[in-house]
Amino acid sequence: MSGGNGIAIDVKGLTKSFGGREVVHDLSMQVKRGSIYGFLGPNGSGKTTTIRILCGLLTPDSGEGTCLGFDIRRDAEKIKRQVGYMTQRFSLYQDLSVRENLEFVARLYGLRDARGAARDMIKRLGLSGREEQLAGELSGGWKQRLALGACTLPSPKLLLLDEPTAGVDPKARRDFWNEIHALAADGLTVLVSTHYMDEAERCHEIAYIAYGHLLVHGTVEEVIAKSALTTYTVTGEDLNELTPALTGKPGIDMVAPFGTSLHVSGRDVAALETSIAPWREKSGLRWHKSSPSLEDVFIELMSRSKDNFQ
Amino acid sequence: MSDVDQPAPAREIRERFGFLRRSYAMLIKEFIQLKRDRVSFAMIVMLPVMQLLLFGYAINTTPHNLPSAVLLQEDSDLARSILKALENTAYFRFLYEVHDVEDFDNLLKSGKVLFGVEIPRGFERAVRRGDRPALLVAADATDPVAASAAIGSLGMVVQTALKHDLYIGNPPEMPFEIRAHARYNPAAVSSLNIVPGLVGTILTMTMLIFTALSVTREVERGTMESLLSMPIRPVEVMFGKIIPYVLVGFVQAFLIIGIGVGLFGVPVLGNLFLLALLSTLFITTNLAIGYTISTLVQNQLQAMQMSMMFFLPSILLSGFMFPFAGMPAWAQYVGECLPLTHYLRIVRAIMLKGATMQNLHFDALALAVLMLLAMTIAVTRFRRTLD
Repeated sequence: MSGGNGIAIDVKGLTKSFGGREVVHDLSMQVKRGSIYGFLGPNGSGKTTTIRILCGLLTPDSGEGTCLGFDIRRDAEKIKRQVGYMTQRFSLYQDLSVRENLEFVARLYGLRDARGAARDMIKRLGLSGREEQLAGELSGGWKQRLALGACTLPSPKLLLLDEPTAGVDPKARRDFWNEIHALAADGLTVLVSTHYMDEAERCHEIAYIAYGHLLVHGTVEEVIAKSALTTYTVTGEDLNELTPALTGKPGIDMVAPFGTSLHVSGRDVAALETSIAPWREKSGLRWHKSSPSLEDVFIELMSRSKDNFQ
Repeated sequence: MSDVDQPAPAREIRERFGFLRRSYAMLIKEFIQLKRDRVSFAMIVMLPVMQLLLFGYAINTTPHNLPSAVLLQEDSDLARSILKALENTAYFRFLYEVHDVEDFDNLLKSGKVLFGVEIPRGFERAVRRGDRPALLVAADATDPVAASAAIGSLGMVVQTALKHDLYIGNPPEMPFEIRAHARYNPAAVSSLNIVPGLVGTILTMTMLIFTALSVTREVERGTMESLLSMPIRPVEVMFGKIIPYVLVGFVQAFLIIGIGVGLFGVPVLGNLFLLALLSTLFITTNLAIGYTISTLVQNQLQAMQMSMMFFLPSILLSGFMFPFAGMPAWAQYVGECLPLTHYLRIVRAIMLKGATMQNLHFDALALAVLMLLAMTIAVTRFRRTLD
């Protein structure tokens, strides 16, 4: 069904504007079947719009492609049958109970024995005992879990999750990601957008999108390598004074405090080393060269793309 | 999450009867939501009962204790007995007796009285001479119904008073012309006409609002995004949202007619089955129009406003408030486009005249056409994407 080449999503040149403002610009991407693909980028970067185009909720202004082997323009109805979409905002019925929401979804997709399917899902989600509770009265974490349950109920081949863990506590987030990995192990393809770096690192592949442009994609290691960023980590006293002193110096693209240390990064190694030289020997400061973290890479990408597109 | 790693049991998906199945899923969901919404649920019962009781008991087109004034320009026995007779009808309550035209005008202008009688100088003498003098009557016609009914009753009352008081024997001809104007006869008869009309107006109001809010509510609560990402078609959403309310409309119609028959003694002369059938058609037509409104507007406030835009002409131009035949031609054309106009003819004819389908096929057909038209617009207007 997916063209047999192991690609779940294959789109080229997607562009979408709202009221003259281009939200997605010439976006191309490929997602392998059974993989977890992370979608990162600042707020308003076009992540949600891209996801909505993929599941047929929006029609692109230009561009083409396939989702599970179906044309995203012509076969939206077929795509909807096999795609589970979890919206950013909780979009199940707040005034329906957990059980009623799941039964609604099961009936809509035509599952045989909708009641049984809902019952099994409640058990699987660990929501037993809460099945008669109204969805609107659940806590954030439980709502999340219910929403995931609802979109996996009809056994989709592709899951599109739009910031599924926003506002959820760390324990619930970890459970959520374990569940996603379990689903991917069953052969499900997952496209997930997130702001959390630890979540990005749990993806098989990631893409960084800013102001509608897909800037970089690949595995976490590849993305870090592609950034060509050199990072020095400084620990010691008076780091607060160091930040303003280093910011803006030639070769220094970014100075970011990380707890008790400071990350000083730049793409031009020689210039960077010249600029930090006066402080290298200062007592009380310990410098060592490290590879940049994913966060360093993204913050640097974000500040760079801001200059380019705004 | 103890059993995280268990794969979900793959469930067979039925492809047949997809249309019915998805409409059914939607319908069940709407029923549950309606059941949960206690206030709406109470309104379904309260609205018709309250309206019916108000129209039946409180709103009476025959005047009662109308605040009145009299301008006495002569103080004669005849004048006194006319006033007495007027007060005895209980239609009028004379609050002021003035002797000056200006005072009289001011009372009317300020709204302190709605009605004024002026007995001119030399009235009694003129009557005795057989000159047919004028008894001047001024009514605040801003409330035309009350005014015209009061004027209508006046002629008769004065007539009677004169007959008793003119001890010189009956004059060969009545000194006043009798002009009976009462638009409605005693209260019981006016509710005869109003109860069937109320079935139509109450159904129009409630049905319209229920469905007018349905789609916008989903959009505002954010559930539309999820609904649109699922394989459901616009026509299925529409049926799922309309059908529960057909039942609600049916309950309301039953309530109104039941109370009308039980409390006000309104007859149902025609076939009950025919009445139920055509009422269902009317209910569905209104639901379809409400649903169409729902697909045209952006939010619930707009939906309410647009419903009112439709409801107002329905009440005014359908023949519920004013006689249809009395309206100018253009208003009658507009009236013909409103479902309420046709339903009023149907429900009045069946209940009060015992009409059969042969008499009603034009109005039934008109309802069906309006229903299909609304549904077509709704289905084509329903946005399948978020664009």
